[in-house]
Amino acid sequence: MPENSPDTILRLTGLTKTYPGGLTAMDNVDLEIRKGEIFALLGPNGAGKTTLIGAVCGLVTPTSGTIKVFGEDIRNNWRGARARIGLVPQELSTDMFEKVIRSVSYSRGLFGLSPDKARIEEVLRSLSLWDKRDEQIRALSGGMKRRVLIAKAMAHEPDLLFLDEPTAGVDVELRKDMWRLIGQMRERGTTIILTTHYIEEAEEMADRVGIIRQGKILMVDDKDAMIQRLGTTEAVIELAKPMSALPPAIAHFPITLEKDGKELCYRGGDGSGKGRAEVAELTKALVRADIDYIGIDIRESSLEDIFVGLVENHADETTGEAA
Amino acid sequence: MIGFNIRSAWAIYTRELMRALRTAFQSILAPVLTTSLYFIVFGAAIGARMPDLGGVSYGAFIVPGLLLLTLLSESTSNASFGIYMPRFTGTIYELLSAPVGVAETLVGFVGAAATKSLILAAIILATATLFVDYTIAHPVFAIFYIMLVAASFSLFGFILGIWADSFEKLGIIPQLFLLPLTFLGGTFYSVDMLPSPWDTIALFNPIVYLVSGLRWTFYGSADVSIAVSLGLTLGFLAVCTGIIAFIFKTGWRLRN
Repeated sequence: MPENSPDTILRLTGLTKTYPGGLTAMDNVDLEIRKGEIFALLGPNGAGKTTLIGAVCGLVTPTSGTIKVFGEDIRNNWRGARARIGLVPQELSTDMFEKVIRSVSYSRGLFGLSPDKARIEEVLRSLSLWDKRDEQIRALSGGMKRRVLIAKAMAHEPDLLFLDEPTAGVDVELRKDMWRLIGQMRERGTTIILTTHYIEEAEEMADRVGIIRQGKILMVDDKDAMIQRLGTTEAVIELAKPMSALPPAIAHFPITLEKDGKELCYRGGDGSGKGRAEVAELTKALVRADIDYIGIDIRESSLEDIFVGLVENHADETTGEAA
Repeated sequence: MIGFNIRSAWAIYTRELMRALRTAFQSILAPVLTTSLYFIVFGAAIGARMPDLGGVSYGAFIVPGLLLLTLLSESTSNASFGIYMPRFTGTIYELLSAPVGVAETLVGFVGAAATKSLILAAIILATATLFVDYTIAHPVFAIFYIMLVAASFSLFGFILGIWADSFEKLGIIPQLFLLPLTFLGGTFYSVDMLPSPWDTIALFNPIVYLVSGLRWTFYGSADVSIAVSLGLTLGFLAVCTGIIAFIFKTGWRLRN
């Protein structure tokens, strides 16, 4: 994408953060976020996700690199930039003795906006918090507290919203509810960057995915393209009679004999359906070769498989370099 | 970028005042009750048997000192607690990620802490009339000086709240330094009453100049010149403001 594309809402260039103790939490990060998308930043604990968010939101001072938000260097117009950015932190950090409506009104005022009661009501209603508006936050459940944090972040109508582990510690039902809410925010035009431990969350919602480990961005791509490019198909064919070796008729397929010749394992494809087609060809070839089978189990690799593979490969490379 | 967002400052200011109202007993009633006890014991009971000091009854003599004692401790603790709690609970993220600069933050936090102290000062002065007869020789100057002291020590408290990384540290300076220095700073006596060399040593206590300055606004005479007291108080205000500007510029204890 060109340097000053109107579609780019956030651009990080060479962003590095080294803490006084020597830990490099972000290492020369280049990243670009497009207007209106949901971008999922995946990474194991300590990968640098929260540091990256903190650098953009003003909680962390980068050691080097530049942050351009809405086309402008954040150092040149930090007030203007922050006024359009919202943050939902990972921790449930809020004044627990404050009432819900006052807490949300405070957030709006903090961002320099008038106390627009209609807007606050709209935000609270959209998060099913209107009935709880006069309750102290400490009296709410964990999921509702998380909603209050989202309401506080949405109160000033941000164009760019960071959600740091938005569904951490939330039960399955509420998590799906949260996904719906995030979808609604995107529909209203908010660009969303979320970090998560739940890969299925990224798989469910994200347009694009970035994988970060040890402060380095390992890969950024469209979610579907990533699955297509790095995804594989795995099929296990249970044979009626064990085989001692692969017959020449099927030897050209990417298959192996496993479990003492009782199973044929296919690993191939690219996430685009090629694998399934090859498995179909394989079964036809088995029939032609008069090889009987009694069951087939076929599975496409998920984003989680790709994530784990990438992270593990990177770990191996790092270990190899160190050695 | 230079700017000041009045709505942001107002949001912080009102929230801090609301917090004080939420804890009205601790914030307002407790210090008023404590100071009233001082007036009863030292002003009405013991003071009645004490000779006049510089033509002022002992009960009236201690009014400025007790007022200052409350001003210093409340301004410091209100402001330090106000900024320490968001750091402790993690809610500081909201302030740091908002389009809020040092000016709005100070007007909000320090302004609210100083306002609470001024409300307390007014209540204490009103309460004092129940126990002792006192007059204020320079009322306008007294109001200005009280506001100056409240603002200075609210700034000082704000620095403490950023410096402290535990509740223990939050209490160390007010309890181990500020309170003893205030008691030894002429709250209950005139420096002239001290034997040599303690009268000279007492002049190294900065609180002596604050008590003396406030006492001058009440009775027109004091241990040290009002110009020196005023100069030192303004200097303290300037130093605190400079330190806070440095903290915000570097992000010390605020940003990672």
